[in-house]
Amino acid sequence: MALMTTPNISDADGFYAALLAAHKGLSEAESHAMNARLVLVLANHIGDATVLQQALALAREGA
Amino acid sequence: MPYDYKPFAYTPPPGLTGAEPRHKVAIVGAGPIGLAMAIELANHGVSAVVLDDNNVVSVGSRAICWSKRSLEILDRLGVGERSVTKGVTWKVGRTFHREAEVFNFDLLPEDGHKMPAFVNLQQYYVEEYLVERAQEVGTDLRWKNKVVAVDRHARHAVLTVQTPDGDYQLEADWVIACDGARSPIRAMLGLEFEGELFEERFLIADIRMQADFPSERLFWFEPSFHAGQSALLHKQPDAIYRIDLQLGWDSDPEQERLPERIIPRIQKVVGHGDFTLDWTSIYTFQCRRLRSFVHGPVLFAGDSAHVVSPFGARGGNGGLGDVDALGWRLAAVVKGERPASVLAGYDRERVFGTDENLLNSSRSTRFMSPGDGVERLFRDAVLHLASRADFARPMVNSGRLSKPCVYPLSAPDDVALPEGSRPGAVAPDAPLGQGWLTEALGRDFCLLVLGQEAPAGTGLRVLSPDVTDPLRQRYLGQAAAATYLIRPDQVVAARWVNPDAAGIRAAVEAAWEGL
Ligand SMILES: Cc1cc2nc3c(=O)[nH]c(=O)nc-3n(C[C@H](O)[C@H](O)[C@H](O)COP(=O)(O)OP(=O)(O)OC[C@H]3O[C@@H](n4cnc5c(N)ncnc54)[C@H](O)[C@@H]3O)c2cc1C
Repeated sequence: MALMTTPNISDADGFYAALLAAHKGLSEAESHAMNARLVLVLANHIGDATVLQQALALAREGA
Repeated sequence: MPYDYKPFAYTPPPGLTGAEPRHKVAIVGAGPIGLAMAIELANHGVSAVVLDDNNVVSVGSRAICWSKRSLEILDRLGVGERSVTKGVTWKVGRTFHREAEVFNFDLLPEDGHKMPAFVNLQQYYVEEYLVERAQEVGTDLRWKNKVVAVDRHARHAVLTVQTPDGDYQLEADWVIACDGARSPIRAMLGLEFEGELFEERFLIADIRMQADFPSERLFWFEPSFHAGQSALLHKQPDAIYRIDLQLGWDSDPEQERLPERIIPRIQKVVGHGDFTLDWTSIYTFQCRRLRSFVHGPVLFAGDSAHVVSPFGARGGNGGLGDVDALGWRLAAVVKGERPASVLAGYDRERVFGTDENLLNSSRSTRFMSPGDGVERLFRDAVLHLASRADFARPMVNSGRLSKPCVYPLSAPDDVALPEGSRPGAVAPDAPLGQGWLTEALGRDFCLLVLGQEAPAGTGLRVLSPDVTDPLRQRYLGQAAAATYLIRPDQVVAARWVNPDAAGIRAAVEAAWEGL
């Protein structure tokens, strides 16, 4: 399996708004903590080691 | 009653009054590894001289958790049953975050093994039993004999040994340095450890109290009784409990050592003051090893070769793995049956096993003691999720307990046979008649033949028991028959559904070098 890098979320603006809404009212530190949990939750959902490796590499690019 | 340290008698060694004949093997250090090594060699017909700078067993309980594999090795050495009888048997570990249990494990979910998953037993008892056994098999144990210099030659080494009556020199074809984490021999050879040091400090306290904690390993992250840190509790024989408390790198070790500081900490853990301190210590962690364990005539085994952080109990247990891989090979070299090159098999296999121990213990340490910033962020994220979602529970890492590695052998194998008994793995135990398979395997290569005839002309001892359910499940799986070649250290060397004598003979050759 390969990491999907083409659009896969049908309502892109809607998801983006939901992401911000989920962080609403959190301090910056709390938001970082929530993001860390979110990464773990999503990573488990994906599960596939190759896809996860590719995702880590893409996210790291240019850092 | 606190443990009664009985000093062993020092007797002036013959070398003080005249040159001793060259020894075959000299073992430096009578800790658990040096003692086990001496008995293992004696079992293979090689007598060793053991030199120790002290004259009592381990001061302090130190290693308390002995794994199933270590117990099988100790059993082969003659002290396994004693250790299990005296020790506290356990197999379940529970990990808590604050008050909630977030993870647990059962280390031996199946029956039909002689040895339990783990036994807690103070290191001084294990050493006491090993000393008695070593004496029974005629080992030359020399107390108050401190090695102060080593001269390496091509085919032997000369040790300078200090005794209460002066110095003497001792020559040996082989020297095994079992002189512990601070190994003076390692320093004398100018060798250095490579690996990681962790900036963390733990208090370790053995307390004596009457209590009814279960025989389980209990671990807490951020418990209310020790805010923001972690804690571990283990039960030992003689109404002793081991409590480990994380202190953090900012703590002052000199202050933390004081009983007036320790007692209130322990009171908070157990909820009362009705206990006495038996032994306490402050420690820091390292996960490091020598690059190679074989240096000409000087071989390293145990803590002198590698040290790990204690979570996972991979120190003493890892050292017994060294004994297991070295004994039969060195004995064959000493007896002239094999060239010294087979010791490369020891080096290769134990460096591999050590790296697995280092990897596991440094991962646990990193989880327990995360660096500031993102390491802590993710650690806390895992703990937060663990009480809400199952998937996060296996990420909670309070120590992955010692189990034998599977050596990466490229030996004959058959995909039809079960994974657990593949080449490189320790042969799984199973009931056999009135006893156990591990007892029947013996001290030489042997063939375990199930449901077929052993090929003629291998010259090997053959074990062909009736195929019981546990044997079928552990050795045959869906196959109707199989033949296993088992090494003297009970590791599966190779296996076949359709064995032939030439293939078996070739596999024996490869096994000596661990290929
Ligand atoms: C607090 C603590 C808890 C631990 N818990 C566990 C556990 O639960 N399970 C586990 O498996 N491991 C555990 N370990 C690790 C375990 O104690 C060691 O891995 C084990 O003792 C190593 O045995 P060894 O024989 O290699 O070395 P040691 O036990 O250190 O023995 C070395 C011996 O060499 C002698 N010596 C040193 N220098 C010389 C010299 N120059 N000449 C002659 N003799 C010399 C010493 O006197 C000593 O007797 C723990 C360690 C500590 C400190």
